[in-house]
Order: sequence, then structure tokens, then C-alpha cells
Amino acid sequence: MTDKVLMKGNEAIAEAAIKAGCRHYFGYPITPQTEIAAYMAKRMPKIGGTFLQAESEVSAINMVYGVAGAGYRVMTSSSSPGISLKQEGISYIVGADLPALIVNVQRGGPGLGGIQPSQSDYFQATKGGGHGDYRLICLAPASVQEMADLTIKAFDLADKYRMPAMLLADGTMGQMMEPVSIPEVTAKPVDKPWAANGTKGERKHNIINSLYLKPEILEKVNFERFERYAQIEANEVMYEEYMMDDAEYCVVAFGIASRVSKNAVTEARKQGIKVGLIRPITLWPFPKDVLNAAADKVKGFISVELSMGQMIEDVRLATNCKKPVVLCNRAGGMIPSPEQVLDSIKNLAKEVK
Amino acid sequence: MATVFKKPQALTDVPLHYCPGCTHGIIHRLVAEALDELGIVGKTIGVAPVGCAVMAYDYFACDMLEAAHGRAPAVATGLKRCMPDNVIFTYQGDGDLASIGMAETVHAATRNENITIIFVNNAIYGMTGGQMAPTSLPGQVTQTSPYGRDVKTQGFPIKVSELLSSLDGPEYIERVAVNNVKNVKNAKKAILKAFKNQIEGKGFSLIEVVSSCPTNWGMTPQKALDWVEENMIPYYPLGVYKDKSANKED
Repeated sequence: MTDKVLMKGNEAIAEAAIKAGCRHYFGYPITPQTEIAAYMAKRMPKIGGTFLQAESEVSAINMVYGVAGAGYRVMTSSSSPGISLKQEGISYIVGADLPALIVNVQRGGPGLGGIQPSQSDYFQATKGGGHGDYRLICLAPASVQEMADLTIKAFDLADKYRMPAMLLADGTMGQMMEPVSIPEVTAKPVDKPWAANGTKGERKHNIINSLYLKPEILEKVNFERFERYAQIEANEVMYEEYMMDDAEYCVVAFGIASRVSKNAVTEARKQGIKVGLIRPITLWPFPKDVLNAAADKVKGFISVELSMGQMIEDVRLATNCKKPVVLCNRAGGMIPSPEQVLDSIKNLAKEVK
Repeated sequence: MATVFKKPQALTDVPLHYCPGCTHGIIHRLVAEALDELGIVGKTIGVAPVGCAVMAYDYFACDMLEAAHGRAPAVATGLKRCMPDNVIFTYQGDGDLASIGMAETVHAATRNENITIIFVNNAIYGMTGGQMAPTSLPGQVTQTSPYGRDVKTQGFPIKVSELLSSLDGPEYIERVAVNNVKNVKNAKKAILKAFKNQIEGKGFSLIEVVSSCPTNWGMTPQKALDWVEENMIPYYPLGVYKDKSANKED
């Protein structure tokens, strides 16, 4: 661990990516994540890396495809409208089974939306996003420290499972400054015998491709990919529990919403309501089992989100609707206050005894 | 017995899927011969397009990537930036390069990205069954211009070599054809030079190859080659459009 420094969340991502061995960054300017590109533009030329401001998000993600296909660690970052543009490329990266990191510092939508923080890309990030059957490993940081830690984790998971990972942050996480210690990484080089980096006349040519004209082959490739997904669901779930031991009510929230929720939970406890918090850190794989187990103990759930209610569907699915699940939300770039979450907790405690 | 003609090592043994009379086979061979002659098969990575040449990844013996439609120059940019000592080429058709991929093409050119692009212009979308391309000629009948390309509503063909040579960036732009022996020989020279330029670090080289599509033009292979001579080449004059190093070498 290095000394703690005060950094913006976006800068922490960039520095952590460099520590993780990423030497290739491709992006296109968009608020509220431009600090990542600015940081990379300064640092990459000094360490023999690539910073390239692409002509579009579409091009940036395809440059990522090229570098990933050659077997190097690579990333791009953007915010919601830009991430929509990258979906084609992400689908191809998945289809060719390539590791890469995509960072989404979310802003309000749909359309051009706004530039204030949001979590309304949850569906897009956790259900696939582009065309075809697929998932992304989706990590949701809730502090500047986690912006750094989960960036490194995302590269490792992407390499391990040969698939893209998404860091799903929001405008608040990107812009806020906190003390952070960027971990020193002794990057374990992952063997990539599949990489298209020149045969050197020593092997048959490698082909990076997502085209399978025979449907029975394409089906097989899909089934195999989902076997890998099952391993990830079994082994890579991450979450945080807060005051859940004796909880009668459970708040579920990720990212900035979990920070607000934690304050509300602490305050509700002071007022005698036994409430706890489950914070998914991996949004996919979603912590289904821990929520399902909680559903056997608590009387109800509150999904706190900066959206019109997206994760709430996964909470209901995970808990088989055994207990009521209510939504506490703001949208369009607004953030729920601790008071709003507290009111929601109190209402649930009143209505569900 | 002396061998006077053999398959280039840069081609695999996979049979080509192209239609009878299609000139993709010739162009594949010219690229492969260039890779052989420069001894770079082992350090070359090719990028295949979406279009008729989509399965070029099976035909070239070097490492290959299949790109999304039009994105090959961006993919090639990524490859070159992480492996500057390797040789990177894209092989793209007119719909891929000049329609959906125009932004990627222009920006790779203006950055003088040190890659080689083989651009096959046959004035039609072949793989999807003969739709109007950005390079279809005025009046040309296609599936989506059944009354002939009407420039009033469907615009004019894009002259890629002329367009790109207006940029300061690119090193070398030449238009060639493969409709007769003389032109094939010239095309080979141009393709070889485009790869040499990359090895010498000179930058972006694009060879536009005026080609034919007997199937979707609805012609015999011979008639299609005549049509190239009589209609394509007058609209798309052959020649060197940009060669930044030419004067220095003289």
C-alpha cells in the first residue's frame, strides 16, 4: 500500500489502471468522466503507454477490441450516452471472448439527459447491454478507495474469465475527492496463447472472431460461455453487510446510494428500528443468495436507487418475492437524502410489522 | 523440375468462398505475395471486414481479427499502438470502408496511423445480395436503386482516394485495378509499396483496388471486367493520389 493521497474518483480509476498494468487507453470526451482521459493523457506518454482520443466512442471501443485481441490490458471510459455508443463493440468483445475494462461514470438519461449522477444504466450494465446473449462482470464502487481497488479487481477478473468487465460508477463517485491509497500491484502476467500478436512462424494463426455461420456451433459457443458465467456466479459474488445481524428490515443499495443509505440506517437504529444494509459490490454476479437468505429473516426490503427502480427487479427475483420490496428513489441526476431513506425505512416499519 | 508458380505461404489451404469470376481471389493473392516477399507473415496481423471478405481470417495464414462493420481501421489502430513493430493491415470493401466506416477511415488517415489498408471497390454490397454502395455509379441499377442510382435523391459516389488525399496526414494513396494483366501487375507493385511504407515507419497507406462483382452486377466474369474498363475506371481514374515520400526519393 502506498501513502494516502487526496484524489478524485476518476483519477483514482486512472492511476489504479496504470498500476494494474494497463498501458493502453482509448476514450472520447464526455462529462462527468473526462478526468480519466485527462489523467491518462498526462501519464501514458511518460510510461511508454498509449493515450488516444478517438474520433468517437464507437472507434474507441474498437481500438480496445484490437488491443485486447493482441493480448494486452486495455480500457476505455465514458458516461451513459457514450456507453450506449460502445454497446456494439462491447458485444463483439464478448463474442470474441476478450478481456477489457469499460468504465461507466453514469449520468442521468435517457437521451442526452443531464450531467448529474445517476444509476439508471443498471439494466444496460447488468443484463447484457448490446445484442446477443451475454453478461458483463459489473462492479459498483462506493468510495474513491473502491474506485481504485475495483479497477484492479476488474482487470484480474476480465483476464481470468476472458470477458469484459464494467466498472459502474456515477457522477458523484467520479467527481468526489477522498483519501485513497492506490495498491501496489505486482501484476501477475496471464498467459494468453489465443492472442493475435503474430505467429512468428511458430504456430498456426490465431483468429479473433465472433462470427459462427453454423448455428449449432454458435449455440455451443453460447452454452460454453454461460458455463463460465455459472462459475463466476458461484465464485465471484461480492457484497457488504452492515448491521444485518439482527435486522428486521433490509435496505439494498449500491454505489453512492449505499453511502446515503448507511447514514439513514445508522439514524434509524438510533430511533430503535432494527434495520440493516446489504450493498452489492458485484451487480453481476448479483448477490442473490445473501438476499434470499436475508428474506427468511427480515420483514421487508427497500431498494434505494438513483433511477426509476431497476435493481429492485433483481431484489424481487433474488428473494422470490417472499417479502415486500419497496422503492426509495430519485432520478434524472437527483440523489435521495438520508432523510428520504429514513422516512422510507420508517414507513416500511409501520406498514410491515 | 523448377517450380514457376505456387500458392503463397501467406495463404492457408482453406478454399475461398468467393463467387466464380470474383476478383477478391486475385487481391488476396497479391496481398499474400507481398507478405511472402517481405518475409513478414509471422509478424503480420490482418483485420477482416464485414462484407464479402468477412471470412478472410480463414484465408490469410497470419494472425487475424474479425472487426465489426466499418471498424477495421480503429481495430488496426489499437493493434498498431500496442505492437508498433508488427505489421498491421485491414482488408475492406466499399460499404465497410466508405459508408459505415467513413469516420474510422478518415481519422486513421489523418492520424497517419502506420497501417496498410487494402480497399476493394466493386461499387456494390456483395455479401447482402447487391445493394447500392457509396461507390455505386450514377445510374447503376442495384437491389436498392432498382431504377438506377439517382444522384438527386441518392447522392453521388464517393471517390475515396481523392477524398483522403486531400488530408495532410496520409503517406500514400493509390488507386489500382485488377481487370487485366497489366493492371494486376501495377496493383501488386502498389500493395507491396504500401506494406514497405509501414515497415519503414512512413505511415498510412491505402490502396484502392477497383474490382468487379459479376454475380451482383448480373454479368459474366468477362463482361464484368469490360464494365470495369468502360465504366468504373473512367469514374475512378487509376494512379497515385498521394505519395509524401515520392519527391524526397527522387
